[in-house]
Amino acid sequence: MLQYLLRRAGQALVVLVGAAILVFALIHLVPGDPVRVALGTRFDPEAYEALRRASGLDLPLHEQLVRYLSRAAVGDLGVSFRSSQSVFELLMERLPATISLGGAALVVGLLIAFPLGILSAIRRGSAIDHVARIGSQVGISVPDFWLAILFILLFAGALRILPPSGYVPLSEDPLEWLRHVIMPALTVGLISGSIMTRFIRSSTLEANDQDFARTARAKGLHESTVLRDHVLRNAMVPIITVAGIQLASLLAGVIVVEVVFAWPGLGRLTYDAVLARDYPVIQGAVLLVAAIFLFANLIVDALYAIIDPRIRVR
Amino acid sequence: MTSASPVEPMERSLEAQEPPEEGTRWALLAAIFESPVTVLAVVIIAIVLFMAVAGELVAPYGANEINVMNQLQPPNLTHLFGTDELGRDVFSRVIIAARVSVQVSLVSVALALVMGVSIGLLSGYFGRWVDIVGMRSMDVIFSFPVMLLALAIVAMLGPGLVPAMIAIGVVYTPYFARITRASVLSVREETYIRAARSIGASDARILRLHVLPNVMAPIIVQTSLSLAFAILTEAALSFLGLGVQPPQPSWGRMLFDGRGFITEAWWMAVFPGLAIFLTVLALNLIGDAMRDALDPRQRSAIEARAGNL
Repeated sequence: MLQYLLRRAGQALVVLVGAAILVFALIHLVPGDPVRVALGTRFDPEAYEALRRASGLDLPLHEQLVRYLSRAAVGDLGVSFRSSQSVFELLMERLPATISLGGAALVVGLLIAFPLGILSAIRRGSAIDHVARIGSQVGISVPDFWLAILFILLFAGALRILPPSGYVPLSEDPLEWLRHVIMPALTVGLISGSIMTRFIRSSTLEANDQDFARTARAKGLHESTVLRDHVLRNAMVPIITVAGIQLASLLAGVIVVEVVFAWPGLGRLTYDAVLARDYPVIQGAVLLVAAIFLFANLIVDALYAIIDPRIRVR
Repeated sequence: MTSASPVEPMERSLEAQEPPEEGTRWALLAAIFESPVTVLAVVIIAIVLFMAVAGELVAPYGANEINVMNQLQPPNLTHLFGTDELGRDVFSRVIIAARVSVQVSLVSVALALVMGVSIGLLSGYFGRWVDIVGMRSMDVIFSFPVMLLALAIVAMLGPGLVPAMIAIGVVYTPYFARITRASVLSVREETYIRAARSIGASDARILRLHVLPNVMAPIIVQTSLSLAFAILTEAALSFLGLGVQPPQPSWGRMLFDGRGFITEAWWMAVFPGLAIFLTVLALNLIGDAMRDALDPRQRSAIEARAGNL
């Protein structure tokens, strides 16, 4: 078990270092001089030299790489070209907004996916099954920014019951936070829920088809007992995977939705940094998100190993 | 780090439909067109392709025909989808903008296909360090969410049509690489490959004539699904103002412009979005129909997207 997890962690670490090298390369692949580009019209030779030295861009390439990796390892991601603020601090400021939106969206997604996925599996071919299948096909095809705009038209425009955009921290005013989070969480949650519905449906069907389910029925167990103790329990492994991957990608920032709703999370920060050509911030955000993504995957792997002993030996 | 992999096998036993009868391509086509929904999807894509090729000829107005006197008209008989803030006809712009979506998705998916299939073929066929280097680098690209990586690439290259194509192409490369590699691994040990090798065929020849044709089915299915995701990604980039630049009309950019007039002119945002939605939906439906016919064991559009919102 421990060995399995260590091996997984080792692989994740290799990928993370690769990601860091790629992120480091980002700034050097910018055509021309990134500092010059970033300064744009505010260019003056003194500021230019200062910024270059501060970001270490005057050192030889291999020294820069070593410097970048060793600093990133302890959370030092450099300073913003724009505000001279520490990139790490900037990211940490934005993280709570992203986590609260990601969490709310996951709740919405699971609330849709669990009942719909299980019902459509046990009533295969019924009306609810068709609704679930059409719904999930629609859900993966709808552009999130369009869905967001439709919600704004409906809830903020026609019905006037929700604010069109903005953010209030959960710790400040939970009720106002809720009013602001409903639309973005619905947008992201509906899409993520339609993906999860499909997974839950097929893993429930799969478990329902197995010999152990037939045996349980044959020995006369009540259908609800069969479902609860035999089918759903076994369907859990793939469901946890997909929920974990979904959570990871929600935390990784739903850039477009954050932009539409002026939600000050990581996605919005990244977008603003791209517009401002603030390369250290872009690098930091990309690296943090990759780390979150890999870490979440690792947690999913660990959960797996706990739930399903067969996986440990593989 | 493919945590999704343990989920795949269940689709096999469950939704696996009978493959079409041995032999003809006609049987395959018949299987794909069996469902009326798929036929409808093909009709939608045919319309989109027609708009992309002949948009200017059939659109009632020009894409940038400005008529400020006529601005922000709600949908009516002369302007089916209304007019925008400059009095341009939204219906005509939606038609003409199809070209950009088709262009970007075709070019970027072709890019992803060539890069991904090459990496997957070499990794799967040669194994050892080629495999390790190839697949680990794909893992790295895979560890970034699609939109974020696309955004980072556009930040590097600057906004525009070509950077968007490159960004989308790079982002979807690992999908092709992984699918190709997995199929190559199962084909590699087949007798006909050993036979080819034993009569002295070169690796290049074996790859081209024996491996590639036998791993095509999943690649074709992935292509159709990737076209759908590429259109979504392009629209999102253009919506953020980082893809196609004005005056060239694009669905994403029209939505971006419409967002500013959301309370006065709902039609500016609703119709371009509907065009994106229907095109992507049609491509996903066709992809799933092809999967059922060609390669029932492969993941559906929905599962292919599990990790990437």
